Amino acid sequence: MLHFFEVLGVWLAALFTFGIYSFLYKDNPFYKVSEQIFVGLSAGYWFIYTIYFILIPNLFLPLSENFGANWIKLIPAILGIMMLLRLIPSIDWISRYPVSFVIGTTAGVFFLRYLKSDVINQITATMINPFNGGDWVVVLGQILLVVGTITGVIYFYFSKKHEGAFGVTAKIGIYFLMVSFGAAFGYTAMARISLLIGRLQFLLGDWLGVITP
Amino acid sequence: MAGNVNSQQIDRRWIFLLIFICVALPLIFVIGLPIETTENVRMVNDLVENTPPGSKVILSFDYDPGSKPELHPMATTMMKHCLEKNIKIIVTALWPMGVQMAEEIHEILKVEYPEMEYGVDYVNLGFKAGGMVTIQAMGKNFRTIFPTDIDGTSIDELPIMKGVKNFDNIAFVCSFSAGDPGIKQWVQITHDTFGKPVTGGVTGVSAPAILPYVNEQQQLTGLMAGLKAAAEYEYLVKKPGLATSGMDAQSIAHLLIIIFIVIGNINYWKNKKKLAKGGE
Repeated sequence: MLHFFEVLGVWLAALFTFGIYSFLYKDNPFYKVSEQIFVGLSAGYWFIYTIYFILIPNLFLPLSENFGANWIKLIPAILGIMMLLRLIPSIDWISRYPVSFVIGTTAGVFFLRYLKSDVINQITATMINPFNGGDWVVVLGQILLVVGTITGVIYFYFSKKHEGAFGVTAKIGIYFLMVSFGAAFGYTAMARISLLIGRLQFLLGDWLGVITP
Repeated sequence: MAGNVNSQQIDRRWIFLLIFICVALPLIFVIGLPIETTENVRMVNDLVENTPPGSKVILSFDYDPGSKPELHPMATTMMKHCLEKNIKIIVTALWPMGVQMAEEIHEILKVEYPEMEYGVDYVNLGFKAGGMVTIQAMGKNFRTIFPTDIDGTSIDELPIMKGVKNFDNIAFVCSFSAGDPGIKQWVQITHDTFGKPVTGGVTGVSAPAILPYVNEQQQLTGLMAGLKAAAEYEYLVKKPGLATSGMDAQSIAHLLIIIFIVIGNINYWKNKKKLAKGGE
């Protein structure tokens, strides 16, 4: 019986894969059905997951097992209920309090972390002696790192008109930005092809058995 | 002008079909194109190689089936590498479905490594919501965040968790990350606050945003970006798998994309020239 359901699962996955890919030809009922089933399943999955893997283990169980030690969990529970009041137009203003709480705490927690990791550590990593390296490739890379960072930051300085030497530096910064956009596009193209490879490995391997999965 | 240029374009469905064929054929008829390794992946490999046997590491599965083709091969190879080096694996997940991803690999490796014992060499602590806050709490005391494993066994009863209180008792953290929360949060807390080495793998799409952490400050000790890096890692560990078998298809598809870009640009310049001449 288990084998039957495994085979059924593989066939369903294969058919839904074709259903979704059929959109590349043109919009059609098979695509629509596959898309709607995916959306419905995702919503159902997350609803159940939230109840069984977040609310029950983090709220209901601790409160029912040892209320005295865990009563503080009632505060986020109440804030959560207040958030849901957004669905009732006449009292939706109550939801602003938990929202402001979330924004305030998130800003506070993130400010320190991002300041250290994304600002101080990143700037420190750029403050290097570019000529202190092994071979010329490393030195060239370090020079590009320093020049790219400085010119890139200068491009985003808008309190002075981009002309003269300042304008030339900003223009060099644009070239560095263009290269980074190109690299990002390249990575994106690679990622999309990788996803197609993954699907084809499934279709040719698990489904058709043409290749070894 | 735009209308004229567009009339020269071919139906994009032909491009889809060509890409499909160029990806499918190399998967069936393997060419075996060479794989060159890069410094970032070698750093990941060296980190595992230089970790003493018996050490404990955290592998965080911060992805879901949507990113499986890119991240699953590198996660599989990392687990194999750790088991080969007798490094104990503690699995966590910042994404709910990461738990299933890890278990899927565990089920496969149980056959390949029959000596691997659950609770001694490997444990799955499961998913915990909270991202950065969760990692921060783990840095103080694991037990407050993960009192049990996924089967409900108290972690005090698991030999692998003996003596593990916080990140001080961990050799390194490796996050397989498809977004937020993920590797960025591990860097911010585990490395930048607790000073522990962090490494990992990311999808190609998120690689440009994460690569700057591989720097002089060693916020990240190497990084595997996309399927190509997974294939490099498989090559370094000498365990060819799904990533290696997909590299021929990846290379051929990239070649086709480059050809399309060149043809598109040539056509664009030819049309532009033609229109300029017509306008004179």
